[in-house]
Amino acid sequence: MSYEALMLFKLYLITAPVLFVIGIYAIIVTRNIISMIIGLEIMTKGVTILLAAAGFFNGRPHLMEPLIITMIVIEVVILMIAAGYIINIAKKHNSLDVENIKNIKG
Amino acid sequence: MAIHILLLSLIIICAAFAVVRTRVIRAAIMLAAISIFVTIVLFVLNMPLAAIFELSVCAGLITVIFISVISLTNPLTVEERFEERDNMFKKFLLLPVLIIICAASFYMLTKGINFIPILDVSEAAEISDKAAMWHLKQIDLIGQIIIILTGVFGVVVLFKDNKDDKK
Repeated sequence: MSYEALMLFKLYLITAPVLFVIGIYAIIVTRNIISMIIGLEIMTKGVTILLAAAGFFNGRPHLMEPLIITMIVIEVVILMIAAGYIINIAKKHNSLDVENIKNIKG
Repeated sequence: MAIHILLLSLIIICAAFAVVRTRVIRAAIMLAAISIFVTIVLFVLNMPLAAIFELSVCAGLITVIFISVISLTNPLTVEERFEERDNMFKKFLLLPVLIIICAASFYMLTKGINFIPILDVSEAAEISDKAAMWHLKQIDLIGQIIIILTGVFGVVVLFKDNKDDKK
């Protein structure tokens, strides 16, 4: 393993958590539901990058490909369900602010 | 090496812009830009199948879903947007500090890594992309089908006409 490959691997190891932190921070700080989902998406991108780097630098990218594809499928399904919820909430409460939907009971 | 650094820094910059904004539609477009850069990263890392999936699904489908959702909801008024913009900059003042702390701590953690562990040579190393997808990861495929069906069921339930709403 060359020195350059090792440095690249470290670069990916640093970038993925940074993306994850940006996503978590967006989820914690913002009150808009769509922004929260965008934060979740950014977190997923970080994980994708980490998986891709792990597969490539171990010399087995083809083994990591199906895992990344599975993750993309899960990502889309989560987004579809979230979109349904967002539209229902927006219709019912006329707002996307989580502070305004605190009166949901049950 | 240069292309990796360029792509990764562009991804981080786009992510930061996606979270620090007042219009949600701009955040959705920034997310599409992140997906495009991730696609290029996947191509560079020798994963063409995953890259095509990322481009078509994440940069295409997810952006379309986001834009449809945003168009179905009411936009903020000018006053609300100005108010949110003021709050936004206050809230995200800490973000660059957090990014620097995170990067520095992971830099310190990765300092100790002197080699990349290569797995033992096995049959898995010899098989092609297609074989890995269709033969080695069959359970993953079944899982994907179940997840998609669950998503379809969820969407059908969520978009079902509520009888109370008609009244």
